[in-house]
Amino acid sequence: MLNLTLNGLEISVEKGTTLLEAAKFYGMEIPTLCSDEALSPYGACRLCLVEIGTGNHSRLVSSCTYPAREGLTVRTHTERVVQARKLLLELYLATCPSSKTIQDMASKLGVTKVRFKQKHEECILCGLCVRMCAEQMQGKAIGFVKRGIKRRITAPFAKKSEDCRLCGGCMYICPACQARCQGPQEKSPICNACLNLSAPCLDYFEEAMCYMDPCVACELGTGRKAKAQS
Amino acid sequence: MEERTKTDLENLKKQNGSSVVSLLQEVQEKYNYLPEELLREIAKERNIPLMDIYSVATFYKAFSLSPKGKHKVVTCSGTACHVRGSEKVTREISRTLGIESGHTTEDGLYSLENVSCLGACALAPLVVIDGEYHGSMTSAKILEILNGHTAGKKENGCCCHDQGKKENDCRQVSLPRA
Amino acid sequence: MNVLHSRLKTTQDLEKLREQLRKNREEKSTYLAVCGDTGCAVWGSKTVKNFSQECLEKKGLAGTIGLKFTGCLGLCESGPVVIVFPQEIFYQKVQEDDVEEIIEKTVLKGEVIERLLYNDPVTGEKYIYARDIPFYKKQQRTLLASNWKNDPTSIEDYLALDGYEAFEQALTKMTPREIIAEVKNSLLRGRGGAGFPTGAKWEECYEVHADQKYIICNADEGDPGAFMDRSLLEGNPHSVLEGLIIGGYAIGAREGIVYIRAEYPTAVAKVRLAIAQAEELGLLGENILGSGFNFKVSVSIGAGAFVCGETSALVASVEGRVGEPRQKPPHLAERGYLNKPTVINNVESLANIPYIIRHGAVSYCLTGTEKSKGTKIFSLVGKVLNTGLVEVPLGMTLREIIFEIGGGIKNGKQFKAVQTGGPSGGCLPASLLDSPTDFEELSAAGSMMGSGGMIVMDEETCMVDIARYFLRFLEDESCGRCFSCREGISRMLEMVEDITRGESSPGQLDLLRELAHVVKDSSLCGLGQTAANPVLATIRYFEDEYLAHILEKRCPAGVCRELIQFSINEELCQGCGLCLKKCPGEAIRGEKKQPHAILGDKCTKCGICLETCKYNAVLKS
Repeated sequence: MLNLTLNGLEISVEKGTTLLEAAKFYGMEIPTLCSDEALSPYGACRLCLVEIGTGNHSRLVSSCTYPAREGLTVRTHTERVVQARKLLLELYLATCPSSKTIQDMASKLGVTKVRFKQKHEECILCGLCVRMCAEQMQGKAIGFVKRGIKRRITAPFAKKSEDCRLCGGCMYICPACQARCQGPQEKSPICNACLNLSAPCLDYFEEAMCYMDPCVACELGTGRKAKAQS
Repeated sequence: MEERTKTDLENLKKQNGSSVVSLLQEVQEKYNYLPEELLREIAKERNIPLMDIYSVATFYKAFSLSPKGKHKVVTCSGTACHVRGSEKVTREISRTLGIESGHTTEDGLYSLENVSCLGACALAPLVVIDGEYHGSMTSAKILEILNGHTAGKKENGCCCHDQGKKENDCRQVSLPRA
Repeated sequence: MNVLHSRLKTTQDLEKLREQLRKNREEKSTYLAVCGDTGCAVWGSKTVKNFSQECLEKKGLAGTIGLKFTGCLGLCESGPVVIVFPQEIFYQKVQEDDVEEIIEKTVLKGEVIERLLYNDPVTGEKYIYARDIPFYKKQQRTLLASNWKNDPTSIEDYLALDGYEAFEQALTKMTPREIIAEVKNSLLRGRGGAGFPTGAKWEECYEVHADQKYIICNADEGDPGAFMDRSLLEGNPHSVLEGLIIGGYAIGAREGIVYIRAEYPTAVAKVRLAIAQAEELGLLGENILGSGFNFKVSVSIGAGAFVCGETSALVASVEGRVGEPRQKPPHLAERGYLNKPTVINNVESLANIPYIIRHGAVSYCLTGTEKSKGTKIFSLVGKVLNTGLVEVPLGMTLREIIFEIGGGIKNGKQFKAVQTGGPSGGCLPASLLDSPTDFEELSAAGSMMGSGGMIVMDEETCMVDIARYFLRFLEDESCGRCFSCREGISRMLEMVEDITRGESSPGQLDLLRELAHVVKDSSLCGLGQTAANPVLATIRYFEDEYLAHILEKRCPAGVCRELIQFSINEELCQGCGLCLKKCPGEAIRGEKKQPHAILGDKCTKCGICLETCKYNAVLKS
């Protein structure tokens, strides 16, 4: 067992526990967009930041990826942490405003104003779908491509992947997909969320580029039928 | 599948130990780009998820998924080049060729690349056309070189000799191959 | 030189060979050193070298007079550089027509050719010997010294100049613990940027028990404007290789990897050759010099990603994966390449190792400041007069480096700032010119040592534009995994671009600062944690320049395109029509011999008219 200090509390956890797991176990709530108990930690969303160390040497780390170490001092809600979280959430709202999850989280932290230019991204690149596909479904049908600001999630060559088994796990776990599906955009192969049961995809896009072709939602909905009738 | 890809695959199979990056480096070196069909075959042969190969192929700057132009124009945008005005030079090239950095002209003749530093900062701003280094570039000088090049009357020697050789004028020589 | 050697089986064999090589070298003490580094090569040094070779052969002198195509000789601005030994007579801007005269007069008769001498732009004096030139006089060229005497493709040269003596000493007379202690005592700090103590790094890895360990030389020199590592690898590859082998022996590794960026093909070739030569002599391989120590080295080539300079991303790249950094701990000393304990050292750090082992930590510590010992190589570039590679003791002031060695600013302009530390560093203003260059001082000033790029900027450099330049670089080079880094950099860029276009407000500047601090605080790896430095440092020292853009919609340096205007002074314009002919946007009108005018809406602000006008009639405001 490892002994550490969490928000002033002397605690002990098993070796291999992450700081996020430890905090959760002791009932401290830390917001996060990219972690899931069933998947490996990734550290992409940066919302689960905590402050480790003391005095001038303290720094912020993502608690989902940082392993508990003997003697570590951890604080989950210092001013520095909260300031960073709030600004990050403001950035999330400015980037991907239509996600219900993000909106709720922002309102909980009292972020009510966005001072940045408004963008309308559908994906926050948290990578949950990629890990879901690879780790739980052994699929590797989708993954990250490119880097920096051009980074995207897609299937190889932006075409329907042969490795995709249409399980829909990627959609199930997506935190940004809580908004209605807007249909596939011509330039991107992913239509985000086909939770919409009257999917417009196949009506509008003769050569649907959705990597979920045939899309689960579309299959259930009217899209396919409409096409069959025409 | 085409014959050439088959033999390439045979070769690739022989080097079992090499990593995805070095495999792709070889393919890029040989074809000047990464053909989709070949990547799919490599994935199958080597039992690597295609997604992993695709991620690597799009992450690194050295790889390209579409064929590069016949002539390569490389502009250096290192800090030393930048403070000596490389951005203006790049903009002129881009305007003349009608393509942005990272693209190839429609006729497949020219591709324009921007690299972060070639480590020859004494020559800043630096433009490399088909392996030929052109140092101390200005918008005017690069236009002359490019116009000469595109008109197919690439002269021997330096573009700016007619203006009289001044200190730090473009002195242009081929860089020895490694 | 293609002398075939048999494998050396014992240290006595090595000594015998070295004695022989030293004797050979003494017999050929007259030689020409032609700089073969990229800078000089572009100026035409290869032709100079080939021509010299022909000339020597034609005159039947090839057997008695040597010719070396060396690594960087330093003064890139005056290339091609040729130094005549043993006198060390320094010739600059040598062309092939000069070669015969140099051999006839200087080599054979010892006469000096006035025309080819270096004329110092500051003192106005001509110098005969390299050691007297102010550019060299102030330097302390410990690592670069052998570049002058060394043919980088010849292991014989390196051996004759005491090469591999440190390795031999480490292997036969020292235990790994003693080596690590020596390196620790030397207080050598990593030259790649962060300045972590090399000895401590080695010790950490040494303490870990594992069946296999690795040592990697990081030659992914990605900082734009820095070429020290390239020059070391091209100029003296064996010194880096020797450091790598000693490090491998000290930590208990049996395998080393040199990771080089693909943009440096010559360095790759030189390192591969050096490895082959060391293998041939038995300085690499099984049972080296009969000691029972096995060590092999391979080369891995980068595929173009700045983030791979970060150690965990570098490991991912060597393993063939996407170069994404990961959370540390676990540190590489616990879990590195192929999950084995791994040490990653920078090229220059490793090049310091042979010196430390041979001369001892005490001697090494005579140079430098209290916490930063030894010398540091900088690439002094930008608007400085003497562009080139300089090696100085740590702690030398920026003023000494830029004005005494560098000769000050080009074209008589005013110094504005010096940028150190690459995209992770910052710009320091004139008020800090007297601060010493060591790890602590530079960090305290809001910049960092970095790998050693030193870019000098003058009054015509816009500091907001510099911030924009680095943000653009980082926006593309970030791996994109962390939201804070990916989106944060992009948003900082968005705001800085607004400022350069005059579309910002003072409130935005505060928001920019706030965001910069959060990006710095909340990103996973070094790239994100330092990405805000170029912004923060420029705001800190040049806030008035930001405010000029924001409040007055004016770019004081005349760089930001949206805020400048070109016009023609009617009195000065002679109506020669040159600008009209050259203008690519057809934005200039005017009759022959009549004053011309620029049409504002058509002007693309390329500045070609300004460059071409012979009468200084084009104005920028």
